[in-house]
Amino acid sequence: MGMKVDEIRNLILKSIPDAKIEIKDLAGDDNHYAAIIKSKVFEGKTKVQQHKLVYDALEGKMGGVLHALSLTTIIDN
Amino acid sequence: MTNVNDKIKEFNKNNEVVLYMKGNPTFPQCGFSSTVVQILKHIGVNFQSYDVLQDEELREGIKNYSSWPTIPQLYVKEEFVGGCDIIREMFESGELKQYFDDKKINLVVE
Repeated sequence: MGMKVDEIRNLILKSIPDAKIEIKDLAGDDNHYAAIIKSKVFEGKTKVQQHKLVYDALEGKMGGVLHALSLTTIIDN
Repeated sequence: MTNVNDKIKEFNKNNEVVLYMKGNPTFPQCGFSSTVVQILKHIGVNFQSYDVLQDEELREGIKNYSSWPTIPQLYVKEEFVGGCDIIREMFESGELKQYFDDKKINLVVE
């Protein structure tokens, strides 16, 4: 299973259109990525809320289809 | 038969610091769980851990409980603090130690 970088990018952009996204493939197995996401929507939100926004954008694939996505969220102000 | 939500609520009420992880602190079964264990040990905080690999119902239940899709999950005084990314980020910025101080969790400083 797993996901391709573009799939992850497009899903995030669908929910967070202004997101600036950097995705690193950690293992080359479509299953281990690290992503840095910069967006205005993170403004005023806790880290947990920010990461949940990204998990929600991934429509339930996080932790299931996609095993590991290390997240760093940055407020774009 | 208490449902899994009540079980989690009980665990979180009875322990100030709770880590739901894969494996146990001595034998973590996943890199992310191991990272959080190392951080908690380094900061010197005592914590209760629960191995979700031993309890499939808990493994799914904890994700719904906090609507957080991954393991590990750290709770302090019944509050969800975060998973591996957030705990590591807080640790590296010094925020985690501050957080424990604010919550009056005493730290064992060697």
